[in-house]
Amino acid sequence: MANTAHPAHASEGETRRDFLYLMAGATAAVGTVAVAWPLVDSMNPSADVVALATIEVDLAPIELGQRVTVVWQGKPVFIDHRNDDQISAARDVDLAELPDPETDEARVQRAEWLIMVGVCTHLGCIPKGQKAGDPAGEYGGWLCVCHGSQYDTSGRIRKGPAPENLPIPPYEFLEDTKIRIG
Amino acid sequence: MSDKGMMNNPVVKWIEYRLPIFSFMDHSIGSGYPTPKNLTYLWNYGSLAGIALVIMIITGIMLAMQYTPHVDYAFDSVERIMRDVNYGWMLRYIHANGGSFFFIVVYIHVFRGLYFGSYKAPRELLWILGVVLLMLMMATAFMGYVLPWGQMSFWGATVITNFFTAIPWIGEAVTTWLWGGPTVDNPTLNRFYSLHYLLPFVIFAVVFLHLWALHRFGSNNPLGIETKGPQDQLPFHPYYTVKDAFGIGVYLIAFCAAVFFFPNALGEVDNYIPADPLNTPPHIVPEWYFLPFYAILRAVDFDFLWIVPAKLGGVILMFAAVLILLVVPWLDRSPVKSARFRPWYKGAFWIFVFFTLVLGWVGANPADADFHGVPFVIIGQISTLYYFIFFLVIMPLLSLFEPPKPLPASISEPVLKGGGTMAGAHAKPMEKA
Repeated sequence: MANTAHPAHASEGETRRDFLYLMAGATAAVGTVAVAWPLVDSMNPSADVVALATIEVDLAPIELGQRVTVVWQGKPVFIDHRNDDQISAARDVDLAELPDPETDEARVQRAEWLIMVGVCTHLGCIPKGQKAGDPAGEYGGWLCVCHGSQYDTSGRIRKGPAPENLPIPPYEFLEDTKIRIG
Repeated sequence: MSDKGMMNNPVVKWIEYRLPIFSFMDHSIGSGYPTPKNLTYLWNYGSLAGIALVIMIITGIMLAMQYTPHVDYAFDSVERIMRDVNYGWMLRYIHANGGSFFFIVVYIHVFRGLYFGSYKAPRELLWILGVVLLMLMMATAFMGYVLPWGQMSFWGATVITNFFTAIPWIGEAVTTWLWGGPTVDNPTLNRFYSLHYLLPFVIFAVVFLHLWALHRFGSNNPLGIETKGPQDQLPFHPYYTVKDAFGIGVYLIAFCAAVFFFPNALGEVDNYIPADPLNTPPHIVPEWYFLPFYAILRAVDFDFLWIVPAKLGGVILMFAAVLILLVVPWLDRSPVKSARFRPWYKGAFWIFVFFTLVLGWVGANPADADFHGVPFVIIGQISTLYYFIFFLVIMPLLSLFEPPKPLPASISEPVLKGGGTMAGAHAKPMEKA
């Protein structure tokens, strides 16, 4: 390489200069990405936002058949103290009928307490059904009035444009009547 | 601009020698810019869009001095602008209605381009830059609508940003990144404010590229044939500066009527309710200028080919409805530009306009409602089908099979024929005019 004469460059193709171009270009590209990442990552949730990640909820005042909404990470969490009819309605379903098949048992830790994020999996509206007079849809669960998605008494999608069941947040029972979400 | 007196002014001469800005202005919007002499009032909408942009930037800068981008104060700061700030109500109503009028003007500008084939060679990049401007405007308008932090602001932001959850695998991470948290909240409001302030200046820069590309070959015209020489042209100043100024006068009359007499006619009452993250309004609608796209989004209520779920399909189609404009110069291969000489295209175009308006009407109605027994979803699906067939089927097919009407030999020919005189006899004196 070192003794390559100038006129030979064009025909030979590869030279030391090509190598230097390549290395300089690659270094510049890697450097640009390395500098861009902190800018991009600064838009991700910050430490103080992440710190508000868990809440504790006292279930004792929630009566049988009552539905209560609590706020977790800025999102509503539906807590449904289900009665036997609702539980059996959720469990007597053929999984083949469900757009997003999931057993009711897999969605609850204790059958009478259904705890899930109350955000429609279509485009993020909050389904109706938490208050006594609300429309609950054909399946007795929840109805999203934005685009007509219907959820059953296990919060599973049954009808409408939403692709998935209402998500279950991570939670644990601290006592019989107390949970920690998050 | 290039009148002799001014260019002989020693100060002008001194500056011009060092920075040739006076001749640049003259060649851009002055007597040194030859323009087709047959432009109709439909060619006013470009300059009107420019005026609308300037109005938005000026009022926006004034409003930013009074507005507080925080979820706890945003709504109240807007109400303070309305009640306590001197002329605050006027600034806000000009800015809010200015957005709507900007879209009216730009949509007419786009339809004008589609009708007269303004996107065809050699103006493809001019057209593409225009579509880029439209997309930037849409992003800016969407983020601006979130700032007052009313119910429609919040839920509009929630629904629109949730589009990104439809992206396979990385959707959730992308959406969390956009929000800066687990949901639409203060970080979201802050970044939208930052970008809402930034994007108009990006638009301003792209407008200059748009004008640069325009000046390369000059305006298209209602006949869609290129100018053949000075007999087909008029200097931009004073002929079109005056015509544009008249158009701006008419525009401002209509604009002031809206601002001062019907300032909330195009708004949603729900946005005068402060944002409540736990209570979705029963009927979420975007601003009117997004309604056709919203209708396309909702038209997809079925999974497509078992691989694209309905939610993703709707989002893809909605973005495709705008992006498809980028490739229009290659979908329409007909050598004839103006629809005046394309009888079949003209019909297809007006049906397209009709279905676009129908889509807007469908988008304004609740998803599960019906019109005399016909569900709006069905009407939306038929209209969406035509929207895409117009671009993907009709345009390419007409390019192959449509027999165009005979084109005039030049811009001045049809006019002079009407007068019953030879072209040559009139061309000379007009050159001097």
